[in-house]
Amino acid sequence: MSALSFDSVTIRLGRRDILSAASFAVREGEFVGMLGANGAGKTTLMRAALGLVPVAGGAIRVLGAPATRGNPAIGYMPQNRGAMAGLRLTGWDVVASAAVGRRFGFAPLDRAARREIDWALDEVGARDLARRSIGELSGGERQRVLLSQALLGRPRLLLLDEPLISLDPAHQKSVVEIARRVCDDLKAAIVFSAHELNPLVNVIDRVLYLGAGSAVLGPVDEVVTGPVLSRLYGAEIEVVRVRDRWFVMAGDVEVEREAHRHDGRHGPAHEHDHGDAHA
Amino acid sequence: MLDYDFMRTAFVASGVAAVLAGVVGYFLVLRGQTFAGHALSHVGFTGATGALLFGLSPLAGLVGFTLVAGIGMGLFGEKLAERDVAIGMMLSLALGLGLLFLHFYTAAATQAAALLFGNVLGVDSSALLALVALAAVSLGALVSIGRPLVFASLQPELAEARGVPLRFVSAAFLAIVAVTVAECAQIVGVLLVFTLMVGPAAAAMNLTRRLWLGIAASAALALAEAWGGLTLAYNTDWPTSFWITALSGLVFFGATAARRLGEAM
Ligand SMILES: Nc1ncnc2c1ncn2[C@@H]1O[C@H](COP(=O)(O)OP(=O)(O)O)[C@@H](O)[C@H]1O
Ligand SMILES: [Mg+2]
Repeated sequence: MSALSFDSVTIRLGRRDILSAASFAVREGEFVGMLGANGAGKTTLMRAALGLVPVAGGAIRVLGAPATRGNPAIGYMPQNRGAMAGLRLTGWDVVASAAVGRRFGFAPLDRAARREIDWALDEVGARDLARRSIGELSGGERQRVLLSQALLGRPRLLLLDEPLISLDPAHQKSVVEIARRVCDDLKAAIVFSAHELNPLVNVIDRVLYLGAGSAVLGPVDEVVTGPVLSRLYGAEIEVVRVRDRWFVMAGDVEVEREAHRHDGRHGPAHEHDHGDAHA
Repeated sequence: MLDYDFMRTAFVASGVAAVLAGVVGYFLVLRGQTFAGHALSHVGFTGATGALLFGLSPLAGLVGFTLVAGIGMGLFGEKLAERDVAIGMMLSLALGLGLLFLHFYTAAATQAAALLFGNVLGVDSSALLALVALAAVSLGALVSIGRPLVFASLQPELAEARGVPLRFVSAAFLAIVAVTVAECAQIVGVLLVFTLMVGPAAAAMNLTRRLWLGIAASAALALAEAWGGLTLAYNTDWPTSFWITALSGLVFFGATAARRLGEAM
């Protein structure tokens, strides 16, 4: 049984096919880096696995069962839009609100729920950070606190949507390492989306590349190649490898960097963590 | 002062409305929907004046109109509630319509002032009963949607993925806001609803970073402001609504200054 499988899945948003007849399977316990240009469909793919986006064809299965909304087997971390900036509420209260957020009726937090929250915060090394206001943490610290929510209920599949966005290299490294440790500790499969391959390349088991309606999952050195990426980007792509860094080039432009730099969708809330991560 | 029947009624009525406003207002501020609350109060004005014109109780008109508008806003989803221009137009339209109703209603002047700026000393015992019952139902409803409401307010995408029915929660909350607005309008009038619903909540957020403490502080501040305002009005003969707005402003700006000071040290 795979943690997440797409079987000939087509997803249509508006008139555009984000995915057309895409198939792949994420194994249990494996750490998959999901890459693709802006608008390639990374967020949409995760939302489809969560049962939030209908498929126009094919079948999505999560741990053998059809994708449904509110599946407790999936831990999810949505793409951060900076909505928490300035909020004066402790990280602990934010995580607690997620832990019991589904319960209607009078529902005080019991001992077990408190312990679970503390455990999740410990797992990402954010127990002390969670005592501070979520709004006054730096981007990297906040990301860690929010990441703990994905661990609540000890899910077997984690979908983490761009946890590295606008973090500086040091924070990127710590978030990636935490994700790797969680993957090993919980024996959970992780799909971790990102703009750039380099922060992930040394820790992931396999890579899932999206583009032009298809998805290709495989080992990094089989997927991140000129021919495969040229097909996904719909342009002539050359992959240059310098020691352990990878550069995906279209002509003399580095595509992943360019995509990131021009990402204006996050508006003023798109904050940077201790200096400019993209300089 | 509590020897007078109308004063006792006023204390109970304003106390009940204030506690409800403090609690509901906290969520309103947390969700960034204060403007929607403001708009609902104007819609309430239309309802109240319309009710007067047709010989009904203004409270019934207030509650009826705000409820329908609140649930409508909630069902149209977050997008409508965020559309400032649409809401702004709607509330001007509502006020204009309310003005037209008043134009046809003969005893207009005193009623208009009471609706716009409140008349807590004029609350009679049947209105008091209605206020208490509505507040109890609203607080009960709020407690029962409390957890999903906090979750959906802080992290809507995650809440949706976890299976929280966002639209239901949003509509139920705005229905509760609608009742709260109607209650506050009885005390401080439709134009000053903000003073009880937003002032104490925003002040409480400056004072604490804990969720439940913040809600409790917001309710306590609203209650203190309402009762303080009544007491001051009794002793000075100035309008109650003036004193409540004055206290609310003082508490809010004081709490903001206290937080700034705390952060600077
Ligand atoms: N609700 C929607 N209706 C139509 N198009 C959408 C909708 N949501 C996203 N899209 C489009 O789908 C594409 C994929 O978006 P997304 O999954 O967010 O990409 P990524 O996360 O890889 O940047 C984009 O072109 C986006 O504009
Ligand atoms: Mg995305």
